[in-house]
Amino acid sequence: MATLKELAAKEELFTGGHRLCAGCGIPPIVRLILKSTDARIVATTATGCLEVASSIYPYSAWKVPWMHSAFENAAATISGVQTAYEVLKKQDRLPGGDKEIKFVAFGGDGGTYDIGFQALSGALERGHNFLYVCYDNGAYMNTGIQRSSASPQWGNTTTSPAGAVIPGKVQWRKDLTRIVAAHNVPYAAQASPHNWRDLHKKAEKALAINGPTFLNVVSACPLGWYTKGQDSDAHVKYAVETCYWPLYEIEEGVLKVNYKPKNKMPIADWFKMQGRFKHLFKDDEGAAKLVQIQERVDMEWQRLLDLDGMRL
Amino acid sequence: MSTAKVAKQTATGLTGNSAVAYAMMQINPDVCGAYPITPSTTVIEEFSSYVADGRVDTGLITVESEHSAMSACIGAASAGARAMSATSSQGLALMWEMLYIASGMRLPIVLCDVNRALSAPINIHCDHSDTMGARDSGWIQLYSETVQEAYDNMIQAVRIAEDKRVQLPIMVCLDGFITSHSIENIELLDDESVQDFVGEYKPERSLLDVDNPLTLGATALQDSYMPLKHQQSNAMKASKEVVIEIGKEFGEVSGRSYGLLEEYDLDDAEVAIVVLSSSAGTVKDAVDKLRAEGKKVGVLRPRLFRPFPHKEIAKALSGKKAVCVLDRADSMDGFGGPLFKDIRAALYADDNRPKIIGRVFGLGGADFNVDNALDVIGETIKLAAGEDVELFRYIGEGQNAQTIAGC
Repeated sequence: MATLKELAAKEELFTGGHRLCAGCGIPPIVRLILKSTDARIVATTATGCLEVASSIYPYSAWKVPWMHSAFENAAATISGVQTAYEVLKKQDRLPGGDKEIKFVAFGGDGGTYDIGFQALSGALERGHNFLYVCYDNGAYMNTGIQRSSASPQWGNTTTSPAGAVIPGKVQWRKDLTRIVAAHNVPYAAQASPHNWRDLHKKAEKALAINGPTFLNVVSACPLGWYTKGQDSDAHVKYAVETCYWPLYEIEEGVLKVNYKPKNKMPIADWFKMQGRFKHLFKDDEGAAKLVQIQERVDMEWQRLLDLDGMRL
Repeated sequence: MSTAKVAKQTATGLTGNSAVAYAMMQINPDVCGAYPITPSTTVIEEFSSYVADGRVDTGLITVESEHSAMSACIGAASAGARAMSATSSQGLALMWEMLYIASGMRLPIVLCDVNRALSAPINIHCDHSDTMGARDSGWIQLYSETVQEAYDNMIQAVRIAEDKRVQLPIMVCLDGFITSHSIENIELLDDESVQDFVGEYKPERSLLDVDNPLTLGATALQDSYMPLKHQQSNAMKASKEVVIEIGKEFGEVSGRSYGLLEEYDLDDAEVAIVVLSSSAGTVKDAVDKLRAEGKKVGVLRPRLFRPFPHKEIAKALSGKKAVCVLDRADSMDGFGGPLFKDIRAALYADDNRPKIIGRVFGLGGADFNVDNALDVIGETIKLAAGEDVELFRYIGEGQNAQTIAGC
């Protein structure tokens, strides 16, 4: 594994000049993942913040071959690219000769948990050799903070607004990492960019594996979380310290919790720093909801700890 | 190309789907992304056997939906592979979003659509609602009358789509069950001749060229979207000449030349019927009967529907007394089928334009027989004689038409 100094010296394959917001969690995730293999990379991206902000004609932030085709099909698109690679490689028809290429698909939680879920499931089941990276910022941020199945319960979004009768998103979030792991893929993990060492290690591992692999990476969105750009790294750290976003991996079916906070940060301490939860801090009803959320987080964390080291 | 070698051919009997699958085997595409749907299913089933038996080098991606089928083809074509698929009806409808992306990205994908009605009500039988719904998607569309033509069109489609002047996806259409599942006599080219004809695919760009990284499918805003669409529109216009060239060249190899339109007894005809695909055969039978009675009637069968050969159609119909356009699809706008309106528009500027009516027939596989064709021609003859005839209506609605209110 490379040191931070060595990583910094590596060529940036996702360059500055893109139009992602100040404080957006996506660029550090993409930059680090693209630096996590010595092989060449070809990437696809679902429609969303990353795609729109990195490819406005005639500019491109991508120094690796990159394509976008639609919202719900990053995994299907890369299936086609990767299959073409295998066929052309066998016939010695690759442009510029035979080279080892790794395939990476990026999508937000909208393009991955929701509209792109079927295509992702299909590509995982077919066993294509690719890494799928979900940057999960917990809502459809590109179109203006609409709820996704990854949005936190009782969070405010523009389609689950904190109203007088319904105080935000009613449902708990979908556990996509476990659902992906249920496809019996060789590797699936959750990571956070604040812990670059953990994320880099996981990306290296995933990119070295032959078969479908998956990284679910929490990504701060100052616009949708109603937070300050300079605090993004702290916010994803708190996501991990509260055990809302545990760092764990499932490798060949064995679950391993990668980080166990010594003192679990109370969920309310993190939520109160974010505008999307401010309505929960106004009255007793909100306080009761925070207690329920804490109980659910605790329960899920305990369930994960119970599975630590187990073969699923 | 006068250097074309005449192919060895084998006469046999095949269904339309078997012939299409056989053409795909001979073409040997790099990637096929497909999802089964009636009535196109057997194309992919038979092609899967060619893959399983090692008769092709194709990477077959058995995706989980037609949306992903076209997405995978788009990925593969962007990677510089020759990509193909087959579908029908709801499958094409589910691909709809990706059809526009395939053409907008200028990817020469070949898709066989075995024409079938769209739901609801669900119906597996033939009409052209599926591909007519994709008529503005930027895909070239060829409609095949026979099994032979479906086979021949598949082979030509590769060359048309990949031509440097075109670089557009192409749809080869044949009638569900009528052509797809009927065995007809067919002449098959030998494998080598097909390979020689389609040639090795040499894409101008590839996503797999890691030393020259491309950004494909980029965002284009107000300053660049329209010029890029203009380029696409120009390519569509230019493809007409390429269809003609390839049709001629194919004739040199196979002895079967193809143009944009087929004219049957049209030259001296006073009354003409315009119809796509297999029903043209039915109308030709009716025309034969009427010709024997000395009636001057003929048929125009457009083979190319997109791009629309409006000049050629206007020329072919100019001076006729009356024309009836038969549509196996309805635009559901109270004004007739899509072929009818396009042909009517094509004739507008013609000083000798005929009177023109539109009839919708054969939806969801409703029978269209020689008697139906004779009725239509009879009505068009009345129109030619100056009688008042309805501009647009349905014909041959099937046995239950009497019991369903309003029909």
